[in-house]
Amino acid sequence: MNIHEYQAKQLFQQYAIPIPEGSYADTPEHAKQVASELAGNGWVVKAQVHAGGRGKVGGVKLAKSLVEVAEFSHELLGKRLVTIQTDSAGLPINSLLIEKIYPIKRELYLSLILDRATERVMFIASAAGGMDIEAVAHETPEKIIAVAVHPAAGLQGYSCRKVAYTLGLKGQQIKALEKIMQGMYALFLAKDASQIEINPLIETDSGDLMALDAKINFDDNALALHPDILAMKDPSQEDDKENEAQRFGLNYITLEGNIGCMVNGAGLAMATMDLVKLKGGLPANFLDVGGGTNVEKVCEAFKLIISDSNVKAVLVNIFGGIVKCDVIAQGILAAIEQVHVTIPVVVRLEGTNVEEGRALLTNTGLNLYAAEDLSHAAEKVVELAKAVA
Amino acid sequence: MSILINKDTKVICQGFTGKQGTFHSEQALAYGTKLVGGVTPERGGETHLGLPVFNTVQDAVTSTGATASVIYVPPFYAADAILEAVDAGIQLIVCITEGIPTLQMLRVKAAMAGTGALLIGPNCPGIITPDECKIGIMPAKIHLAGSIGIVSRSGTLTYESVHQTTLQGLGQSTCVGIGGDPVHGMNFVDVLSRFQADEQTKGIVMVGEIGGGEEEDAAEYIKAFVTKPVVAYIAGQTAPAGKRMGHAGAIVTGGKGTAAGKIAALRAAGIEVVNSPTDIGVAMKGCL
Repeated sequence: MNIHEYQAKQLFQQYAIPIPEGSYADTPEHAKQVASELAGNGWVVKAQVHAGGRGKVGGVKLAKSLVEVAEFSHELLGKRLVTIQTDSAGLPINSLLIEKIYPIKRELYLSLILDRATERVMFIASAAGGMDIEAVAHETPEKIIAVAVHPAAGLQGYSCRKVAYTLGLKGQQIKALEKIMQGMYALFLAKDASQIEINPLIETDSGDLMALDAKINFDDNALALHPDILAMKDPSQEDDKENEAQRFGLNYITLEGNIGCMVNGAGLAMATMDLVKLKGGLPANFLDVGGGTNVEKVCEAFKLIISDSNVKAVLVNIFGGIVKCDVIAQGILAAIEQVHVTIPVVVRLEGTNVEEGRALLTNTGLNLYAAEDLSHAAEKVVELAKAVA
Repeated sequence: MSILINKDTKVICQGFTGKQGTFHSEQALAYGTKLVGGVTPERGGETHLGLPVFNTVQDAVTSTGATASVIYVPPFYAADAILEAVDAGIQLIVCITEGIPTLQMLRVKAAMAGTGALLIGPNCPGIITPDECKIGIMPAKIHLAGSIGIVSRSGTLTYESVHQTTLQGLGQSTCVGIGGDPVHGMNFVDVLSRFQADEQTKGIVMVGEIGGGEEEDAAEYIKAFVTKPVVAYIAGQTAPAGKRMGHAGAIVTGGKGTAAGKIAALRAAGIEVVNSPTDIGVAMKGCL
């Protein structure tokens, strides 16, 4: 799960990670009031969306007066921001973060990730901050340092000093960085984060370190342990259909093609999408209905798939493991009738009682095709989608 | 021969009296698995499915001599269950549970280092040696005792591979679902090395997916050490970057872990990678 920058900074504050003075606002008047309460004569107005790359597309603006703060806020709020990390529709700007401006001497990069290769929580740092860290890693890997933390030993001082010296920090800054890293590590463990990124971590003219930006992702598997984090969820930043799917325990991801897919198992669902593409079609979604497939789940899955107006045909691919194919076939028939699916549906069933299952799906009077095998099913659904389109 | 389990493997079930534990234990017993008991705290001394229930894994091991355990407990209790099995000296731990927080698994793996215990999963279908021992949730009927070793990150794609190698008359020596989580137990290399050493295994099917770098590690290992034919399939060629495709571990981040990268690494190592998941069985037969 993702949260907004202003929420991430609230968490930073709880863990003693220095952040710019500032506050959240959701109307131009509110923004102006926040700015006037902050001392100084310049403010930054930052659009709050769940995507990076905001600065390059006008999502971060520097205001020199309170009037400008209100103007920029008016301009941004209610708009959708399209960045390199969003799709072409972009994400809605419903809130802003208004902050004081600080004189920047240097921009650094500091993040904490869960590295699956080493099975460790790992700091990544670079003196080349403010840039796309993946580009830095690709072009100048020598500018990046990675420091893993042993789960039993925890974060030791030497690891922090190693990062500090690599970043070219001196004197009091070394202690300051250690404090930031300890805060990040404590936050990561306490809230089951999967990533905490500060890009840039700035060194101000006076030598202070401060998190100018903040990004935190959380492990979905642990959210039930953290109601405070779950309360930060902003559904407006997520796909409606993906939110709806979650409510029914379905794994759904919107894609851009016209062939709806309903599959049991994540691996098989990916493989089915790949096969549709291989046969000349384009999948409209990833959808894993899970193991214990029942009529209710299949109904909800059909509803989701056909709510996408791009979808011209549906491929259902179920490998009946423990659940028998005839039972699955009955579920599919019931769902097609209940949900009034009128576009063509191709079903591939395999597993126990497959003959009985296929027989049930044949000559139903519905726009339904029982395929002999997966390869034929994919060919058939691509052909049907093309015929309709 | 087979790898990791055979007809003599004594198995206990953690979460034995729960709905999942009960259902899959019944299936395992019907298959002929030597299930010798189960563990549910506070239910020790009872009998379930005609087998003894114990309060702790240690009690179960002491009484039954079990060397393997299968875990069907809810996600927030699974790390505890795995470590209890390790502590009791269980050699092979199969964790079916999906949804364990990644940091908990990270601590489990660190605690397991040096114990010698092997973990399969979590978030996996389990392991089966056809006609001998079934530990997990896979449908029994599709299997056929034979010569192909199957290792996969995905449950249903394991079933596809089993089904296809059965249709080709090849059958399976052992099938291992290593699971779809980012931090998990045995990896491709751990299983491949055992298939290479196993006389019964004549060919290997390896099914990978997007996310992480274990397929790339496997490619290097196969090039250096595996002389048996390997057919690979990688799922997720059409998956968008930055999206988690059902499995917690199936995600492309920062251009890493793509299907294209994995396929290229496997092909560069001389491994046959099929483009379609429907070609696994035919390709395997063609290699023998």
